[in-house]
Amino acid sequence: MTGESITLAELERDALTEIVNIGVSRAASNLRKMIGDQVFLSVPSIEVVSQRRAARLISEREVSELIAVRQDFNGAFEGRALLIFPETNSLELVRAVTGNELSPQEIIDIETEALAETGNVILNSCLATMANMLKRSLTMSIPEVVRGTGASLFEVEGHGGGEGLVLFLYIDFAVRTRDIRGYIAMIMDLPSLTTLKELLGDFIARVVGDDG
Amino acid sequence: MSVTVMIVDDSKLARIVASKAVAELQPEWTKVEAGSAAEALELVAAQQVDVALIDFNMREKDGLELAAELRVMRPEMPFAIITANIQDEIVKRAREIGAGFVPKPVTADGLEAFLSGAALSLRSQRA
Repeated sequence: MTGESITLAELERDALTEIVNIGVSRAASNLRKMIGDQVFLSVPSIEVVSQRRAARLISEREVSELIAVRQDFNGAFEGRALLIFPETNSLELVRAVTGNELSPQEIIDIETEALAETGNVILNSCLATMANMLKRSLTMSIPEVVRGTGASLFEVEGHGGGEGLVLFLYIDFAVRTRDIRGYIAMIMDLPSLTTLKELLGDFIARVVGDDG
Repeated sequence: MSVTVMIVDDSKLARIVASKAVAELQPEWTKVEAGSAAEALELVAAQQVDVALIDFNMREKDGLELAAELRVMRPEMPFAIITANIQDEIVKRAREIGAGFVPKPVTADGLEAFLSGAALSLRSQRA
């Protein structure tokens, strides 16, 4: 399976990387505010792959169970954004965002809800920044916490068995002092990718100007 | 001056965070919490609420819908929409109903301008 049916021109890919970078940087700065420790980010990877391949890209690196906060977005383009990390990191992240003030039992009680809210802040700030830069509005769903493997997180239930092409964006993040690491991933289907290409074209025209 | 601030968010974590930021800036204010728009409306009907901080992204009824209803019930009440969804449209819709806008995660720095504005407006209403 290749991504031949649609490709991004070099400048479009640069523009998308830039927009994602700015979105994720804002998300990281919010995560930093929530946990009070520096958050390290990788350069975003952007690929058009099958859903199956997207699942493999994560599961090749993560053997343990994963936990993800998932938020769907729709509007001019639609898709799904995920904040993913190894399940073993989950309580440490909750401890970090609750500022070490809760008892171990309270942390367990609040776990799912705290993860949903953390995901909400991270994913919303990233998506909203992208929407503002592309000058289109997006509607975001209520965050959901899901547990599973790379495969189960990326497969759309009952649709095409994971063969559908998706635009797969992912960025590693890590909080070194806390042993927290994970990924921010975004998947969009091909009709959305076509719209996104047009919006990237408009964005490039605005940035470069008429005589660029 | 006794002031009660209502924090509306379906996330307990978010209420804890907002509550800490309020306590830092206005330690004397009383804080009440609501986990949904419906709970918020009940609180406002049942007791004194002077200022409200309202999460945007909630199930059933979102924060902007709640804010629009509160604006009708309590035209003078200062309130702010809190959200990480900082899209221009959301900010604009908040402004249109006369609500402040505070980005999530809520920090004392981010909340300060809204709370001092609210304190000022309450003082002038009660003067």
